[in-house]
Amino acid sequence: MAKKPSTLINMVVALLVITAVSGGLLGLVYGMTKDTIAEVDLKKNQAAIEAVLKTDTPIDRIEETVVDDLTYNLAYDAQGNLLGAAVKTYSNAGFSGRIELMVGLLVDGTVNAVSVLSQSETPGLGANMVNPKFKDQFNGKNPASYNLSVKKDGGDVDAITAATISSRAFTGAVKMACDSFEANKSKFMKGGQQ
Amino acid sequence: MSNNLQTFTKGLVKENPILVLLLGCCPTLATTTSAINGMSMGLATTFVLIMSNLVISLLKGFIPDKVRIPCFIVVIASFVTIVQLVMQAYVPDIYETLGLFIPLIVVNCIVLGRAEAFASKNPVFPSILDGAGMGLGFTFALTILGCIREFLGSGSIFGLRILPETANILLFILPPGAFICLGFLIAIVNKFKKESH
Repeated sequence: MAKKPSTLINMVVALLVITAVSGGLLGLVYGMTKDTIAEVDLKKNQAAIEAVLKTDTPIDRIEETVVDDLTYNLAYDAQGNLLGAAVKTYSNAGFSGRIELMVGLLVDGTVNAVSVLSQSETPGLGANMVNPKFKDQFNGKNPASYNLSVKKDGGDVDAITAATISSRAFTGAVKMACDSFEANKSKFMKGGQQ
Repeated sequence: MSNNLQTFTKGLVKENPILVLLLGCCPTLATTTSAINGMSMGLATTFVLIMSNLVISLLKGFIPDKVRIPCFIVVIASFVTIVQLVMQAYVPDIYETLGLFIPLIVVNCIVLGRAEAFASKNPVFPSILDGAGMGLGFTFALTILGCIREFLGSGSIFGLRILPETANILLFILPPGAFICLGFLIAIVNKFKKESH
């Protein structure tokens, strides 16, 4: 098959047709995968909220609100008392890319549990932040008596071996959630009454 | 037919994109921190290679020479985005670890290289075989590299622990380990190639 000569018309038509068809195809695939992607995200979010808010008191309902750029999932009991909050927090100070965490906080500001939503740290190093050995050390710690920064920086957090940057980012994200919750707590307590 | 077979097998060994041609080293070095990452990256690239070779071979009479590179890139980028969306929907865990490197398949020189050197000059069927061969050769090299690095660096292969955690050599997970492993791998392949001549 002979090549088409590179006249202006030919070039414009070729590029236009190819980009238009590609655009249409992408729209189609996007439409097909959009719901599944949203579902996967939602499920992950839901599972993380449940995991970090797990306590003995049954949760009656969960309300979502955004404060300080952080998404709060506030848990109330049947009487409308605030039980705690699952705060979606993040850090851009990691070794590679954004780290997103779900931090479960109790009413007094104590960290209940932390769950990693997404991270792309180095496997075998920073990626070990998903291991209980690192992330569970925050459980039951209250920032009032527990210095939320890694030991290298004078804090109380045991960093992951050879992954101080990742540990620091993780700790920073937890601290951000704690500080924001402390500052806004009073608002949430009343917000629970309907 | 033997010609077609050769088109397919040359990508596996004789003209292996990584071990012989040394094309596409950026994703190779960056994503092979574990065997599963390397393999997923390889398979994603294989899909893009086959599809872009197929389409470009079909369109070769339609594309004027002067705008062939932008046309190739649009075709390649479309397939990469499709892979990205599908992976995000159905294998979110792998998508997260590969994250940044999936869009970078667009600029992987293997894909554009095969489009330019093979698909734009050959009929459809050989182009598909060429893409499949090159893609599988790439996947093979990435999986081997991933296995070696994961074994030495994390003491496991495909997530299965073989050595205790204390026996890990951290270096192999880090970028320098990628260069060292790739160097040794190429040296070994070269030795075998010389002997078989």
